[in-house]
Amino acid sequence: MIHAIGQLSAVVATALFIFALHWMSDPKTSRHGVFAGVAGMAIAVLATWIQPEIVHHAWILVAILAGFLVGVPLSRVPLTAVPQRTALSHAFGGLAAGLVGTAEYHLWLTEGPENFTTFRMAALVIEVILGFLTFTGSLMAAGKLQEVSWIPQRPVTYPGQNFVNLGVLAGAGVLGVMLVLNPMAPWGSAALLGIIGLALLFGVLLIIPIGGADMPTVISILNSYAGLSAVAMGFVLNSMLLVTAGALDGSSGLILSIIMCRAMNRSFTNVLFGAFGAVAKSKQIGEAKVWKQESPEGAAQLLEQARLVVIIPGYGMAVAQAQHKVRELYDQLTKRGVTVKFAIHPVAGRMPGHMNVLLAEADIPYTALAEMDEINPEMPQCDVALVIGANDVVNPAARTVKDSPIYGMPIIDADKARTVLAIKRSKNPGFAGIDNDLYVQDNTWMLFGDAKGVIGDLVKQFAGGGIH
Amino acid sequence: MRDYWSMLFVFVLATFIGLGVIRKVSRLLYTPLMSLTNAISAIAVVGSLVVVGADYPQTIRILGAVALFASMTNIVSGFLITDRMLKMFKKQ
Repeated sequence: MIHAIGQLSAVVATALFIFALHWMSDPKTSRHGVFAGVAGMAIAVLATWIQPEIVHHAWILVAILAGFLVGVPLSRVPLTAVPQRTALSHAFGGLAAGLVGTAEYHLWLTEGPENFTTFRMAALVIEVILGFLTFTGSLMAAGKLQEVSWIPQRPVTYPGQNFVNLGVLAGAGVLGVMLVLNPMAPWGSAALLGIIGLALLFGVLLIIPIGGADMPTVISILNSYAGLSAVAMGFVLNSMLLVTAGALDGSSGLILSIIMCRAMNRSFTNVLFGAFGAVAKSKQIGEAKVWKQESPEGAAQLLEQARLVVIIPGYGMAVAQAQHKVRELYDQLTKRGVTVKFAIHPVAGRMPGHMNVLLAEADIPYTALAEMDEINPEMPQCDVALVIGANDVVNPAARTVKDSPIYGMPIIDADKARTVLAIKRSKNPGFAGIDNDLYVQDNTWMLFGDAKGVIGDLVKQFAGGGIH
Repeated sequence: MRDYWSMLFVFVLATFIGLGVIRKVSRLLYTPLMSLTNAISAIAVVGSLVVVGADYPQTIRILGAVALFASMTNIVSGFLITDRMLKMFKKQ
């Protein structure tokens, strides 16, 4: 009877999880999705907890309490830190899978050999490799995003890097095959330790050559790995619920990775094995063109006289925490009858959807946010394109310069607007180190400074009476 | 012992359901989607629950306890932050 409750709860939880994702199709229903997810999770946990083989309740309570103690503060991070938090949660997911796999192996060693079927053992090896490489890989990604001092921000590359990386992975694979074939061998535990060590190392090596501009893709790929490690755990533990929930997570990561890759016109292998920063140090030929700088007064005047203003936010807006000032500017402009739209590039920021969340936080209605494909046909009618801390996603070199590392990447056509105002922290090139011709176009005016400060100055022009 | 072929079967079908459902997710919501799927895949908690709670050797249960802690952190922070973000998406 109690076993049947366990099975039934797994079916119900699976259905609830699918509904949860289904409700994410519209911001209006999306919060139902969270409730469905919580309900599914609660049912699954309780139904497992009441099973007769669970006898040590104190340990469970302590671990759950600890999870709450860490989890609640982690959910209250500023929204600019959401990419790091997401990477960290992938790390936790990987760690859990890796540890359970390790525990199960040792359990089977003591419990008896009948557990060691080839299929199950192969699933266990895959679970351990995926789990631990996701663990260190995601920790590295989180560290890079948090700009931890001892993790290099710029991509680190060296000759033969891919050879070394694949060698480490192949080493883990060979040990894994040996273990699958002889699970009861006396060197079994040592081999598993070796696999763990190599997987941990591979996770670090995988992320070292990756730069910040590639983070949206990398986070999506790690998301996929975390899901797949849960699937492997499901095979190990004979749990259909784990297999289905892991598959949902894995396919979500897969779709997001594909969308991100398309938005950069790059392939998976190119993101993972072709460090962006290395090729980017391109030549500095051609005469250096000059910027034209604009004052806040002049910029405010341009904005005020516009009918359609398109704001193109990028990572610079997140770094400067400028979203609330952007909202004030949005209010001032809409009050004066100016139509303001936000053009969101799929890879703007450091994770999928990063800009949307920041703008929503600042109470900007989501109806004002437009995708790249929707907004590009409107750009020639746009009076002022205001670029806030975005760089590569508006670089016309992606359309014209064949040997540019970003050639072929779809961009927001800011250069087609009648006037371009670009806010930029410094006069240095962007993350990828590529020159951006947009800034030296005839109709472009630069506003140098921290995005929050510059937009604050613009808002003051409107509010303070310079413009009325 | 369960038939592994049927588990593979379930895996493939679940992946296709996942692809179908995720493809329809609003592009505005990719960040909350990621934290939501992350919380859901922390269903791995049921695996660690058995490893900690059953009458197994202590070292194995310690591994399980750490795994349970990690999954629980993901569940709690994942659902809470998803809801916190979704609350912010307003039409007007």
